[in-house]
Amino acid sequence: MSGILSYLITLGIMAGIFAILTLGLNLQWGFTGLFNVGIAGFFAIGAYATAFLTKGPSPEHLGGLGMPIFFGLLISAVVSGLIAFLIGLPTLKLKEDYLAIATLGIAESIRLIFTNEAWLGNGNRGIKDIPKPWAELSAAPYYNLLFLLIIFIIIVFIYFFIEKSIHSPWGRVLKAIREDELVTASVGKNVFRYKLESLVIGSMFMGLAGGLYSHYISFISPDVFHPMQFTFLVWVMLILGGSGNNLGAIAGAFLVWAIWSGSEFLTDLLARISTDPKVSGMITNIQSPLRIILISVILELVLLYRPDGIFGEKKIL
Amino acid sequence: MLVIKNLEKDFGGIKAIHNCSLEVKKGTITGLIGPNGAGKTTLFNLISGIYAPDKGEIWFNGERIDGLKPHRIFRKRLMRTFQISRELQKMTVLENLMLIPYNQDGEGLSGVWFLPGKVKKQEKNNKKRAMEVLEFIELIHLKDEYAENLSTGQKKLLEIARTMMADPEMILLDEPGAGVNRTLMNKLVEDIKKINANGTTFLLIEHDMDLVMNLCDPIIVMNEGSKLTEGTAKMIKSDPRVLDAYLGV
Ligand SMILES: Nc1ncnc2c1ncn2[C@@H]1O[C@H](COP(=O)(O)OP(=O)(O)OP(=O)(O)O)[C@@H](O)[C@H]1O
Ligand SMILES: [Mg+2]
Repeated sequence: MSGILSYLITLGIMAGIFAILTLGLNLQWGFTGLFNVGIAGFFAIGAYATAFLTKGPSPEHLGGLGMPIFFGLLISAVVSGLIAFLIGLPTLKLKEDYLAIATLGIAESIRLIFTNEAWLGNGNRGIKDIPKPWAELSAAPYYNLLFLLIIFIIIVFIYFFIEKSIHSPWGRVLKAIREDELVTASVGKNVFRYKLESLVIGSMFMGLAGGLYSHYISFISPDVFHPMQFTFLVWVMLILGGSGNNLGAIAGAFLVWAIWSGSEFLTDLLARISTDPKVSGMITNIQSPLRIILISVILELVLLYRPDGIFGEKKIL
Repeated sequence: MLVIKNLEKDFGGIKAIHNCSLEVKKGTITGLIGPNGAGKTTLFNLISGIYAPDKGEIWFNGERIDGLKPHRIFRKRLMRTFQISRELQKMTVLENLMLIPYNQDGEGLSGVWFLPGKVKKQEKNNKKRAMEVLEFIELIHLKDEYAENLSTGQKKLLEIARTMMADPEMILLDEPGAGVNRTLMNKLVEDIKKINANGTTFLLIEHDMDLVMNLCDPIIVMNEGSKLTEGTAKMIKSDPRVLDAYLGV
């Protein structure tokens, strides 16, 4: 398979995993106005959960139950949803800032726990050899294409699930809460219940995305779940694509991921073709701040010309 | 129907409501007037559960409701409007109204997924009702517009339209007339009378004295957080204490 094509396929897989995260965030923020800044945490929970369940026994980490991958992914979503439920229970009745603080806190705690408690997930060395689906095919040249297909099917499924759920009286209440919680309560809706539902369901998708990541990369460590990549970037994807629009959320994920990893590709190339080792060293050094600046500038520009994101929210009815 | 006993509410030293007791009789259109800052809106906020009182009791239909959450109070069929319109901005005018009816099956995910037929039927009826209300308040041409794009007066109308969607036993109106044109206001007054004739009780805050005088009986006057006096329009007009309160003497 040609290099470009296989590059595009890996790009598509990661973008697809991000799209699932973005769809989850869109349900929480785009439709309900819940400020979740711990996306990386829910992602990590899902990633570790399925690793524990589906890997064979190992002294390096917890679990090792050798369960089927399908089951592992299911539990990834469930555990992530459960944690969201436990976070939501005390915080969603309070002012909105509390959810932000709690989700931020939990995401950082998860990273620290997995770093320091090596008996859980082998600390910083991480968990390797997480099984891939249809592992016997994994050497085949088109294996990644198969994985991309799986991701694609899952995205379609989630997309239709959220679309149908949103285009209903249930979705109408969520949007009302996003617009004005007090009014929504004053017309008889149990705001707390809806916020909890939205938080839990959105976080389940995030957990599932984490599980898929685990099985795709086959290796996870606490470093992976850095908020820059799996919280900040997801927010950029949603805002850029159009908060409150599921297609926009998906498009935002693909676009931003293409730019993000494309910029890495580009700086790598620059560093390699430069003959002066000092220059190439410098390029490598500024690589990660550079792409953050690049993404921020693009975000600024889009918001300047299209304040509601590239797609914006669709009117319903 | 609504009984308030020795209510107190402090905002960091400001006694917004102080030893306030009053009663609204079933079937009346009771007016609530008083100078700016008298505590009228705060009283509504306490009755509708947005704030919990520091002290005192609120009874509705023989049930104590103080301290209940707003959604519980709505479910007792007591509804309020807001002085400064709080429309749901990035939702269409129609959606703003279709939100209101209580006990929609489609408001639970299980209903959305497992009772689609029933939900569809309810939505159809719900929409029909919303269209009627929009027709009445003359906003039908704006039904698919985002509520944020309405004018101040139109937003006020939307605020009132919500109560028409809910059909509660008692409605608290906070300055319904502010910013609404005269012709439409007269129409609204007629409608309030009509709804009232069907048994709905009103408590209405309003600064427009003509409106209050010809619509409300009795009228309660509030000043500095408590009831100053109560009576018919004629009595209120000739009460020197009311004049004093308004002039701030
Ligand atoms: N949330 C709040 N925090 C602090 N003070 C408040 C709050 N709400 C009301 N107040 C104060 O309580 C007092 C009564 O205000 P309220 O809004 O009830 O008056 P009102 O009678 O509705 O006046 P108006 O006719 O101008 O609407 C005022 O002094 C106001 O500043
Ligand atoms: Mg007021």
